[in-house]
Amino acid sequence: MYSWLTEHKIPLGSWIKSFVDFLNQHAQWLFDWISLVLGTLIEGLTDLLLAVPPLLLIAIFAGIAYGLHRSFRLAAFTAIAFLLVINLGYWQPTIETLALVIWATLVCVVVGVPIGIAAAHRPWLYAGIRPALDLMQTIPTFVYLIPTLVLFGLGTVPGLISTVIFAIPAPIRLTHLGITSVPAQLREAGQAFGATKRQLLYKVELPHAMPTIMAGITQCIMLSLSMVVIAALVGADGLGKPVVRALNSVNIGMGFEAGAAIVLLAIVLDRVCKRPERRKGAR
Amino acid sequence: MPAIQFNKVDIVFGDRRGKAPALIDQGKTRDEILAATGAVLGAAGIDLTVERGEICVLMGLSGSGKSTVLRAVNGLNEVARGSVLVSHDGAAVDVTHCDDATLREIRMRTVSMVFQQFGLLPWRSVRENVGFGLEIRGMPAAERRRIVDEKLAMVGLSQWADKHAQELSGGMQQRVGLARAFATDAEILLMDEPFSALDPLIRDKMQDELLDLQRRIQKTILFVSHDLDEAMKIGSKIAIMEAGCIVQCGTAEDILLRPATPYVAEFVKHTNPLNVLRGHSVMTPACSVRRSDGTVLLDRDGLVRMRVDAGDRPVGVEVNGREGSLGRVNGNAGAFDTPCDIIVAPVELKLATTIALKRKTDHPIIFVDADGKLAGLCGDDEIYGSLLRRSA
Repeated sequence: MYSWLTEHKIPLGSWIKSFVDFLNQHAQWLFDWISLVLGTLIEGLTDLLLAVPPLLLIAIFAGIAYGLHRSFRLAAFTAIAFLLVINLGYWQPTIETLALVIWATLVCVVVGVPIGIAAAHRPWLYAGIRPALDLMQTIPTFVYLIPTLVLFGLGTVPGLISTVIFAIPAPIRLTHLGITSVPAQLREAGQAFGATKRQLLYKVELPHAMPTIMAGITQCIMLSLSMVVIAALVGADGLGKPVVRALNSVNIGMGFEAGAAIVLLAIVLDRVCKRPERRKGAR
Repeated sequence: MPAIQFNKVDIVFGDRRGKAPALIDQGKTRDEILAATGAVLGAAGIDLTVERGEICVLMGLSGSGKSTVLRAVNGLNEVARGSVLVSHDGAAVDVTHCDDATLREIRMRTVSMVFQQFGLLPWRSVRENVGFGLEIRGMPAAERRRIVDEKLAMVGLSQWADKHAQELSGGMQQRVGLARAFATDAEILLMDEPFSALDPLIRDKMQDELLDLQRRIQKTILFVSHDLDEAMKIGSKIAIMEAGCIVQCGTAEDILLRPATPYVAEFVKHTNPLNVLRGHSVMTPACSVRRSDGTVLLDRDGLVRMRVDAGDRPVGVEVNGREGSLGRVNGNAGAFDTPCDIIVAPVELKLATTIALKRKTDHPIIFVDADGKLAGLCGDDEIYGSLLRRSA
């Protein structure tokens, strides 16, 4: 029995490989095009952010933090964190990472939120995509890093794609949760006043689900950040690169410094993106 | 044309509800249908007509199907069989078979709804909540604001317009719910246990406010309640439901005096008759009063005699041989204070008011009909009798 099993191995690996090869041969133009567009977008944003004098950019970031939360402490923390990053000498990789995270999050939101909404309205769809979502979150990242590398070539784009694959389940799940947890009574109130499906979505379901969706987006940002080192393995620019280099050269100091910059960026993003405390009395 | 008309309406929930109507026809009970098909019978054989300007109360225990029937009017519940006709733009539209666009029109302009848990959108201000129905209809903001402020003034919440719904007390939230329902100027108002979530005192006040509003704006109201006292207070017609069927439908007095089934009798046993019974169901009718020489004898010894004219209208009274005075009460005025020997009151007087009046005189109250014609007498015996008959 055992030898029979080993002799008749299911050629799973070669199937996947032929599939990827097939894609690579016949849809190369598509992947090249995606690669070009995404690469240009990320580079464009990076260049734009780097074109601004760093101190001015830090002032803008602190201003945004203050504008969103009306908190001087958060604004001061944001400024000090970025000044420390400049001091350590990681300004450029930090900005590259920031650009990658911003694009990854944007893609996740633009693709994930509508999927979450569609799944919330169609239980069969959610039942169908749930295994895929579980798979995307549990399969080791390196496994899909290889085919993305083959299809999109070295650089930031496969890093972005892998990041999106890893992070997109969060907004999908939380959007689904937010929409399905709208109380039946509110939905009925909408229907009773003659709301169309679209009005129901925009005037009742989305506003009610917004806090949950925002939590999904914050989670998505954190997951994207956690991918920077892995993205660096396939050649993505950013804070992952010095970490990988430090690993290869057993450079404890550089590893810590780059790691500290990642942590600072993570804390700032988390605090800034977290939804402000709701007004007293509001749900 | 009635505002709402249910014709043999059956409502069934569940995935395998196809066979249920046949079983209903065989007279199977709700439990038997559940066991046989897995479908839940929400309501069966509902026939009900609600006239324009009427407050019709659907009354029953929880699970008796009253909300189910209510929700059929605006299509929130699907009807398995039968028709629900709603008067919309001067025509009777069957909401169970109309197209989506018509149903939407009806929901936007003809039928609005008030919910038990208020159903307010917590992220919106009071003003935005009240304007919700108008916003759905696509009304421009300026016009919407004008109507919303008018309705907020109507329910007395003008100062609270910019607060969030959640910051208000339960009673106030439900007034927001009422204002939202009134804002669309719908002819028909569905109220699904609107006051059940409120404290008893607030509930009582809200009922008074609703009756007061109703006198001014004259909507057709279909009201769901599990409280018979509430039903009798506000309903011009009451339909009592049990296990998905209407077991009795009539006025509060009808139900109180002549309960159709033991189930209804059980309900009625615990209600307060003082504000339900009226003169004509309490009094000794004019045909059985004692008369002599064209006068009506008001006491046993014939010392108190009331003279009536040719049309049987009370014109004067003789008390112990001297000429007495008649005091006339108009409407339901409980604050009657004219010194007199005999009180003449309209026959629609509530029992509670009758008792209050009776304390001011030693003689029976004289009830007269709308033409001033003698309708009957009500003395201590009649009052005790009416109180005892129920509990006996």
